[in-house]
Amino acid sequence: MALLEVHDVHSHYGNIHALKGVSLTVDEGEIVTLIGANGAGKSTTLRTISGLIRPSAGSVRLGGRDIAALKPHAIVAEGVVHVPEGRGIFARLTVDENLSIGAFIRSDAAGIAADLERVFESFPRLKERRRQAGGTLSGGEQQMLAIGRGLMARPRVLLLDEPSMGLAPILVEEIFTIIRRLNAEEGTTILLVEQNALAALDVAHRGYVLETGVVRLSGPAGDLKRDPAVIEAYLGV
Amino acid sequence: MRRSTTGEQLATAMRWLTAIAVVGVLIYGPFQILRSGKYGPENWIAFVIFGLSQGSLYALIALGYTLVYGILRMINFAHGEVFMSGAYIGFFAADALNRAGRLDSTGGALLGLAVITLVAVAGSTTIAVLLERIAYRPLRRAPRLVPLITAIGASLFLQYTFSGLFGSGLRTYPTIDLLKGSFRVGSVPILKVHVLVFVAAVGLMTALYLFVQRTRAGRAMRAVSEDKDTAALMGINVDGVIVQTFMLGGALAGVAGVLHALIYGQVVFNMGFQPGLKAFTAAVLGGIGNVPGAMLGGLFLGVVESLGPALFLEGLGIPAPHQLKDAIAFSLLVLVLVFRPTGILGERVAEKRA
Ligand SMILES: Nc1ncnc2c1ncn2[C@@H]1O[C@H](COP(=O)(O)OP(=O)(O)O)[C@@H](O)[C@H]1O
Ligand SMILES: [Mg+2]
Repeated sequence: MALLEVHDVHSHYGNIHALKGVSLTVDEGEIVTLIGANGAGKSTTLRTISGLIRPSAGSVRLGGRDIAALKPHAIVAEGVVHVPEGRGIFARLTVDENLSIGAFIRSDAAGIAADLERVFESFPRLKERRRQAGGTLSGGEQQMLAIGRGLMARPRVLLLDEPSMGLAPILVEEIFTIIRRLNAEEGTTILLVEQNALAALDVAHRGYVLETGVVRLSGPAGDLKRDPAVIEAYLGV
Repeated sequence: MRRSTTGEQLATAMRWLTAIAVVGVLIYGPFQILRSGKYGPENWIAFVIFGLSQGSLYALIALGYTLVYGILRMINFAHGEVFMSGAYIGFFAADALNRAGRLDSTGGALLGLAVITLVAVAGSTTIAVLLERIAYRPLRRAPRLVPLITAIGASLFLQYTFSGLFGSGLRTYPTIDLLKGSFRVGSVPILKVHVLVFVAAVGLMTALYLFVQRTRAGRAMRAVSEDKDTAALMGINVDGVIVQTFMLGGALAGVAGVLHALIYGQVVFNMGFQPGLKAFTAAVLGGIGNVPGAMLGGLFLGVVESLGPALFLEGLGIPAPHQLKDAIAFSLLVLVLVFRPTGILGERVAEKRA
């Protein structure tokens, strides 16, 4: 049984039908990527999984349990943590406060302290800036803070929405290295949304291609990278 | 550089003229009155002390406006009535205790004050929470004007409900002997009740500030105030935080209601209207959404209002200047909106997604 299972989900914004029957699964320990053009519905898929949008039909299951009707904060408590597009850093809270908000649902002080140390090991820049307001960090640092904050919740599944957006190429590479390491070394299960399809297919095990609210293609990342249709639409030069 | 239109030039000219007029009044008025020697130092000190105690009430109420605005970007114009309901509900407790003779001894009075405050706070908090639940929550995604109109409706609803249920006349709060009289500092008498109000308000405001800055719940509140969706994605129950915010504002207004009644000795169904507007002014003065700003704005407004008539207006030869204290308060509101819309402590923050 897949850890996360999205089945035939439909989502709307008013009368815009943004998801028209999306299905996907993520197994424990996997990196799965969801790629597609701007406006395809990638963010909407993540927002539906994390409960910011209530799907009008279909189911979202975590470990077999339907979470589609839960409120977002209850879904976090189930173990799904969504790092939103644009990072969502609390600009006026310090780096420390942002990270402690990440651990909001937890009460195991010792575990939280240990995880904080691990986040600072992965992102030493954050430790240097821990008393600074989040809004004063650079784009790359904010993305690291957003990921670190997500990890503070000890997610069973981490949803990352365009972590490379707006970053300089060298930072993009750093972010993808971090994603791969989180998965390989800590076993974090990740659903990665990206417009940078090539890089995403490089780190992911499997992928889905979304087009105007419908899954067009899916399969192992290596196969998708060689698929002529994918190459033409998303990897082409 | 872009050339400004005639309209803009006119507006700038008006702003300068207003500024010059205001500065003129601020210099000429005090110069005249101080030269005349009509008021001695003890008078000025008395004005300031009265202003601080009145300003403490404004500050406590202003916190309710500012907390709710910080979270929902909405002005809860029924907040004055939350204050009124605290004072009014506290009145019933005070009256019952008084009839039972429980407020006479010192111990009884202290216990009684605690009971009155608890009852008032329970009442005002309940009303604040009901307001949120019934009048505002269903409109959370509506255009901003809608909840504003609803708030005015709720405010009138509460006033007329209290007047319908309990009458439209003044109710006299029992006097508490313990709080009668004054201390003397040098030659300046200070009413005990003013000291109580000031000390209670400063204590509560300090506690609130520490709560918001240092506790987990306070952190959640600040996160929700910045970005509700992301806060929810961090596991924060946003509706829960909003309710907490209304509760905090309601509780502070309840305490302010009791303190107000202790100073003025009476309650009436429409007593929330003007203090509500003044507290709103104080919140804007301090920078709406800013907690220390509301505290400072309240104290500042109280002092300016108390000093202003004698200090600024009397020297200009204006007859009966003390009747203009409310006009001073609202002139201040207009001046702040024109010259520094972000308030004293407010910072210009790019509008986040609402
Ligand atoms: N808040 C919104 N209100 C209305 N329509 C929206 C909103 N957000 C997204 N959409 C629409 O839903 C569709 C999917 O958007 P989105 O999920 O953001 O795409 P992606 O993340 O793949 O770029 C688009 O047509 C977009 O215009
Ligand atoms: Mg998107």
